[in-house]
Amino acid sequence: MAVQHPLQTLSRTAMADQQEEQDAVIVEEVTKVFTKSRPWLPWQKGKEERIVRAVDHVSLRVKRREIIGILGSNGSGKSTLIRILSTLLIPDSGRVAIFGYDVVRDEAIVRRLINRVSVEASFFKKLSPMENLIYAARLYNLPGRLARERIVSILERLGISAARIQQPLEDMSRGMQQKVAIARAFLTAPILLLLDEPTTGLDPRSKLDVQAFVRELREVHDATILLTTHDLEEAEALCDRVAIIDQGRIVALGSIDELKREVMHQVGLPDLASMHQVFMHYTASHRITEEDILRYGSWERAFEALEAMREEEE
Amino acid sequence: MIFTPLIHRGRATYAFFERNWNLTKRYWAWEIVWLLYNIVNALSVTFIGAAAEQITGAKVKFDTNSLLLVLVIGTSVWSYLSVTFDGVTDIINMERWEGTIEYTFMAPISRFTHMVGSCLYAVAHGLLFTLIQLLIIAAFFHIDLSHANYLSALFLLLLGSISFIGFGIGAAILPLLYTEKGMQMSFIVKAVLLLVSGVYYPISVLPGWMQPLARISPATYVLEGLREAMMQGRPLWSPEIWSCTWPLILTGLISVPASIYAFSLAERYAKRTGKLKRNG
Repeated sequence: MAVQHPLQTLSRTAMADQQEEQDAVIVEEVTKVFTKSRPWLPWQKGKEERIVRAVDHVSLRVKRREIIGILGSNGSGKSTLIRILSTLLIPDSGRVAIFGYDVVRDEAIVRRLINRVSVEASFFKKLSPMENLIYAARLYNLPGRLARERIVSILERLGISAARIQQPLEDMSRGMQQKVAIARAFLTAPILLLLDEPTTGLDPRSKLDVQAFVRELREVHDATILLTTHDLEEAEALCDRVAIIDQGRIVALGSIDELKREVMHQVGLPDLASMHQVFMHYTASHRITEEDILRYGSWERAFEALEAMREEEE
Repeated sequence: MIFTPLIHRGRATYAFFERNWNLTKRYWAWEIVWLLYNIVNALSVTFIGAAAEQITGAKVKFDTNSLLLVLVIGTSVWSYLSVTFDGVTDIINMERWEGTIEYTFMAPISRFTHMVGSCLYAVAHGLLFTLIQLLIIAAFFHIDLSHANYLSALFLLLLGSISFIGFGIGAAILPLLYTEKGMQMSFIVKAVLLLVSGVYYPISVLPGWMQPLARISPATYVLEGLREAMMQGRPLWSPEIWSCTWPLILTGLISVPASIYAFSLAERYAKRTGKLKRNG
């Protein structure tokens, strides 16, 4: 057996440390399982204990200033992964480090570095955008006057007029509320921004506004961005790399171009695969049989039907 | 710089105070409804005192003023404890209701700062609410307050607030862990606390098994102390007020850190089991 020279070991450790320093996010073998326990009251009998493996041995590294997309069907584990990174969930096993800080052990430091936009705009709906955002700004240690200036500027850039800023959020459309949620994350200029389907419900123009803002956040504030989305065009427009997650596991990881080439070779397509084909290939191809295609009329319809069944089961 | 974390804490504390004040302003109609409900409730209880001679058919002269004072103090403490306790348990209840709990728990602040901000507002809100109620009730009855020692009363109410906050934080664990029924469970905690504390009666009339519970409830000492201060005019340094002060100091010293510790354990459990995700 070859014996390693101590210096060799040291330099490898140093190299690993250097690599870690360059990585904004390190996810190593992370698993999260949810258990819905069996009811103990006699009249609730019949309901069974349910175990859902939401994230299953996921490993991922995100470089500083990278925009990485996480693509997956509903219930694939995208949001659970984002919650683990946001310190809102504790993983059952594995390790997550953000800029070298462990999300469980160094939770307080990690929370200073991140912000998140989730698919539902969570606000005090009776309060105005200004009241909601001032509250958020103070929690992130921004002085009131500076926060007010930034809020007006960000909201105006996102197409929310000054007159609407003081009105209750409940009077705004879902798309407008989502823009305020995006403004909340931008306001605190996080160095890791976690975007969980941020443009769901936005009109095409608003989507472009948000995408421009995401790029600006990277250029101006050196932010690293992790984005989960259903919108394949958005992923293509924004992401340097994409990870495809299915049933809690990462099934593909690479640049858009690499994934398209890979699928072209695997399926034997004459041209580069489309992003739609890439997504379908990794998330559904193994589950859809010839029989399903015959039953539902086409591959896409079979996919939709199976997705609907899976959501119903969940 | 050493002051930076302190400035951040100050800003975050103010953020909760300001947010809750903004919510109170936006939900002004609810505030009026609750105020009216509490006033009507307090009036109906206090009228029992005014009618005591007629109800009992007493032949001898009844000390109606004392009975009225006992009931007015009881209704006021009931209101104050309810508003303060609800304000504290709203640390979780309101966030669940609005769906903002994940954002607040993700913010770079300690849970202690979060609680201090929310509790300060709860106390201020409770004091203002009770003062308005008291002024309106006083207009209905000719209560003799010539002997009242207001300083002792205010001192006991504020000292008792520390323990109410401790118990409130403890009760806030329920909606944190039980997303659907936790809010109702916290109402039960508040109601039991008042029942065993002699809100309209001396605790000696309670069944024997209830009396030890009364002795660990801070509301018992607040009620007893307030009655001594308002009815007998006892000063702060009197043995009667001291006999209520030291148990309140003790319950405050135990309940606040114990509840914050229990809350931190519950928060960790919620993060392990994914209970922060669901909104009530």
